[in-house]
Amino acid sequence: MTTTTDTQSGAPQPPRVGEKRSVADKWFRRGLAIAGGSVLLILATMLIFTVIDAWPVFRHQGFSFITSSTWDPGVSRTEVTGQYGALAFIVGTLVTAGIALVIAVPLSIGTALYLTQVAHRRVRNPLTYAIELLAAVPSVVYGLWGLLFFVPTVLRPAMDFIAETLGGFIPFLAPPVITYNYFAAGVVLSIMILPIITAVTREVMSKTPASEVAAAYALGATRWEMMRSVVLPRARPGMIGATMLGLGRALGETIAVAMLIGGSKQIGDSIFKGGQSMAGIIAVTFQEAAPENVKALIGIGVVLFIITIVVNMLARAIVLLTGGHVTGDAAV
Amino acid sequence: MSLATAPPGTGSGLRTRTPVAAARKRKDRLMTGLLLLAMTLALIPIILIVYQVVLRGFGAMTWNFLTSTQLFSQRTEGGGYLNGLFGTLYMLVIAIIVAVPLGIGTATFVVEYSDSKLSPVIRFFTDVMTGVPSIFIGLYIYALLVQGRVGISIGFSTLAGGLSLSLLMLPIVARASEEVLRLVPDDLRNAAYGLGARRWQVVTRTVLPAASSGLITGSMLAVGRAAGETAPLLLTALGAFAIVFDPVNAPQSALPLIIYNEARGPFDAAHTRAWAGALELMLLVLILTIIARTVNRNSELER
Repeated sequence: MTTTTDTQSGAPQPPRVGEKRSVADKWFRRGLAIAGGSVLLILATMLIFTVIDAWPVFRHQGFSFITSSTWDPGVSRTEVTGQYGALAFIVGTLVTAGIALVIAVPLSIGTALYLTQVAHRRVRNPLTYAIELLAAVPSVVYGLWGLLFFVPTVLRPAMDFIAETLGGFIPFLAPPVITYNYFAAGVVLSIMILPIITAVTREVMSKTPASEVAAAYALGATRWEMMRSVVLPRARPGMIGATMLGLGRALGETIAVAMLIGGSKQIGDSIFKGGQSMAGIIAVTFQEAAPENVKALIGIGVVLFIITIVVNMLARAIVLLTGGHVTGDAAV
Repeated sequence: MSLATAPPGTGSGLRTRTPVAAARKRKDRLMTGLLLLAMTLALIPIILIVYQVVLRGFGAMTWNFLTSTQLFSQRTEGGGYLNGLFGTLYMLVIAIIVAVPLGIGTATFVVEYSDSKLSPVIRFFTDVMTGVPSIFIGLYIYALLVQGRVGISIGFSTLAGGLSLSLLMLPIVARASEEVLRLVPDDLRNAAYGLGARRWQVVTRTVLPAASSGLITGSMLAVGRAAGETAPLLLTALGAFAIVFDPVNAPQSALPLIIYNEARGPFDAAHTRAWAGALELMLLVLILTIIARTVNRNSELER
């Protein structure tokens, strides 16, 4: 699939012979350019206005905004009086996203391999559709489902078991288990990013040249040996890109994480303790926040924005450079 | 290519089954089993979610729930999310009016005016925009319009909520439209040019009509995504208990907002309503998705 990567193969251009642009043509083009330019304008003003708003807090706090974990908001309308160290929330975001990736990536790759290489033609489409359906579930429904059913009923016994058996040797798995914690948020997050990673990985895997597959079989390879020596090496860059797209999604997810992470403002010393994420603290405390606190929350938003944009740009670049193509309903 | 690393044991005879061949066979079966396991594990969540939402939501989704607005107390039973449904639809209409023309315009510029230097830049940043966290879009609209940074202050309102949803939809509409426009065969464009059409005539009379059903599908999928979004609305629409018609300076409610608020509380009555609300929201998204896919099925341009 080269259509989107190759800018040369755009729509055909009008003939150049005796060309005299009409006024309508000129204005039509301008109108479309303005529509397209609005994207650039919005992205630029996004950064500018939020940074301006958050500037007093950045100046007051300096680097300790991201290195301190003392979050003690003030109530002033005009000046900055509180302590704003967002480290605990940065840790919460990174830990939950990390847990989500550790679970979702192997599962997605396995699912994509199954769908492209093993599944019978007749079941392939329904199964693919079922996985993509996960992307259509609103995040507040994930939150509700996790809060009232999945975490207390299904996950709690599993967490207790892990903490009791492995908690003795591995410090960050130690009991006691709080029901809503980093791990619970991470597991639900992994379900949410599964469809996008699967969709992109599947896309890349389906591009494996049939001749190479046939060659592997002709050399006597079993199906698994064929997958390991032909499909997986070719798909590797695409899988890295897919993982990073999933990471971008996981870092920015707000409501489901805010509902399941527990809401503690300290850094938990185990993944079974409560915490808070960057997006979560904004969602949970924004409505009751004093003006200076709002500025600090906008500051957290700026840091989150920069992290996710960098991750996303890297991901898209990797996928594009390797000839892949991010597509499907799940991918947008 | 790593094909050069031929699997071990390929040198053995065809008829005789060496121990190595048997081991390879076993490994193949084991790995196929593991892949099937991954597939099954991936299917469990969607089954559990749909089952729980339908099971718990269906019983609570009474006529009374669908036709009444929210009560002030979460503790009491009764009441419904009509105000939220109204707010969600109201904001979606605003979001569609803003995002669909802008998104399709952006895609048209990127595809049809690919000779412009700006075109690849816009395409790249449309991609970047799909990755902006939704809560940050809420913060942006709050900083820009709710507070009134540039001289216009609209307060927490339907318009602010609708605009934040439109920013969420814009890159999705643009990306989906771009894919559809690229599917329009160049023959159509060339034929139109051959008849002496101007470029704007080619685009508006040939390309866009040919792609119309696909454009609608892409837009509807974006609407479905926006309908379930909560985070930006917390910072722009805020929430309300009654049906609000005023587009500015009056906080508005939305289905996801109410579900979020009622699910977080400790009350059973609120939780029951939240499940019904979740079912209502998922049905809304489902209807939008079905419309999107039906329109696409009638499309002349097959993927």
